[in-house]
Amino acid sequence: MTLPEPFRLLLFVVGAMAFVGLNAAYLVWVERKGAARFQRRPGPTEVGPEGLLQPIADALKLLSKQVIVPPGADATLFRLAPVLVMAPALMCFAVIPFSEALTARPLNVGLLMVFAFGSINVMAIMLGGWASRNKYAIISAARVVSQNVAYEIPLLLVVITLLLVTGTMDLQEIVRQQAGGFWRWNLFKVWVNPLMPVTFVIFFICLLAETNRAPFDMAEAESELVAGAFTEYAGMGFGVFFMGEYANIVVGCSLATVLFLGGWQSPIGVAPGAWWFLLKLYLLIFTVVWIRWTFPRTQFYGLLNLSWKILIPVSLFTLLLTSVVLKLF
Amino acid sequence: MKNALGEILGGCRSLITGMKITLQQFFKPQVTVHYPRQTLPIPDRYRGHVELVRDPQTGMSLCIACKSCEKACPSGCIAVEGVKRDGEKRKSPTEFQVDFTRCSLCGSCVEVCPTDALRFSKRYNLAGTSREAYYLDLLKRLQAQKS
Repeated sequence: MTLPEPFRLLLFVVGAMAFVGLNAAYLVWVERKGAARFQRRPGPTEVGPEGLLQPIADALKLLSKQVIVPPGADATLFRLAPVLVMAPALMCFAVIPFSEALTARPLNVGLLMVFAFGSINVMAIMLGGWASRNKYAIISAARVVSQNVAYEIPLLLVVITLLLVTGTMDLQEIVRQQAGGFWRWNLFKVWVNPLMPVTFVIFFICLLAETNRAPFDMAEAESELVAGAFTEYAGMGFGVFFMGEYANIVVGCSLATVLFLGGWQSPIGVAPGAWWFLLKLYLLIFTVVWIRWTFPRTQFYGLLNLSWKILIPVSLFTLLLTSVVLKLF
Repeated sequence: MKNALGEILGGCRSLITGMKITLQQFFKPQVTVHYPRQTLPIPDRYRGHVELVRDPQTGMSLCIACKSCEKACPSGCIAVEGVKRDGEKRKSPTEFQVDFTRCSLCGSCVEVCPTDALRFSKRYNLAGTSREAYYLDLLKRLQAQKS
């Protein structure tokens, strides 16, 4: 079935926005329920069955609140920052392959595009913190920048390792190469690089750091920085930041699925399709929640030490190892 | 080099142990009680405000209006009045007021009572909007419990 191009694009725009919106709203519910289960509490139960209407109630509450721009703040940048968090995350869904046919725009530089847009997230949080004219927000902005600079490097080194293996930046093509069972996934390609599972772990750690998730949530370390860069935001300004965070997690986990876990390919070789993609995606997201409620927040220098002293050398080593193996065999 | 590698591996192992523990907790039944919907049983030694014990035979209070509790109370928050009814060997109370705003739940009244007519109740939902809500009429409470 092929629709005329404008209709196809319109459907994908609406579809991507609905997918991101739904995920951003309901991941909050998943997060709260998950946290509750890990701590053996019931979690939200009052609004709707099992608290399923809680995200809608929260959204209505946030929408009904006044958007306050503090005096002395840079009003334009202050209002722009939440949008800048949300919009790039939405853009990334244009190239992510949900299934063989379900890609909005199969680009041959898809991977590059995702990383290009992914970096805007950092700038947006920094802008938000800077424009707030609040000391907590500015400290948070400074932390976000140094943290993300530190973690972008091992992340990209890992991706370069992967590019050496796949030889293409087209996400759809990367998935196609991993057809036919889980042993063909990039995660298990140990004959190309015996340290492939390690690269996946590095990728995942960097993903947590890039999306400012616990235990790397230095940007909004409540105990020391109030709410970090989001301190001055009220109502839906804060709401959009919050949704943007979850949208970025979805993008990151989608990317991890596509790059390492075979995307929409079936692990047992039968019935490949979007359901496998979604299953893997949500398993990864569950792991993100699981990690958040297991580990306490690291100290800031611990965070930078982990990146500069461990992740970067190890990822450089895997890059070297992969290129040597590829050249020799 | 060997030290650094060992540190990384040890760190990884401790991270995995941590995650295993939380996952085990994830599948265990929840331990919190969802308060207004569920409540825990009140322990025997819980001290609510005092209340009158009912005589299981007559259905009336065991109190003989001797006023020992009134005298024993360090805060003076108990007020008892009684009469000797015709055909009865003992007095019976006509009024038994407790000013719970001043009660410190010391239990002197319960201890001193010669007929064991007083005990601690198990009431803990005692939020009120006026001072008068805490002037408790124990006789009325006893009759209300009967019906």
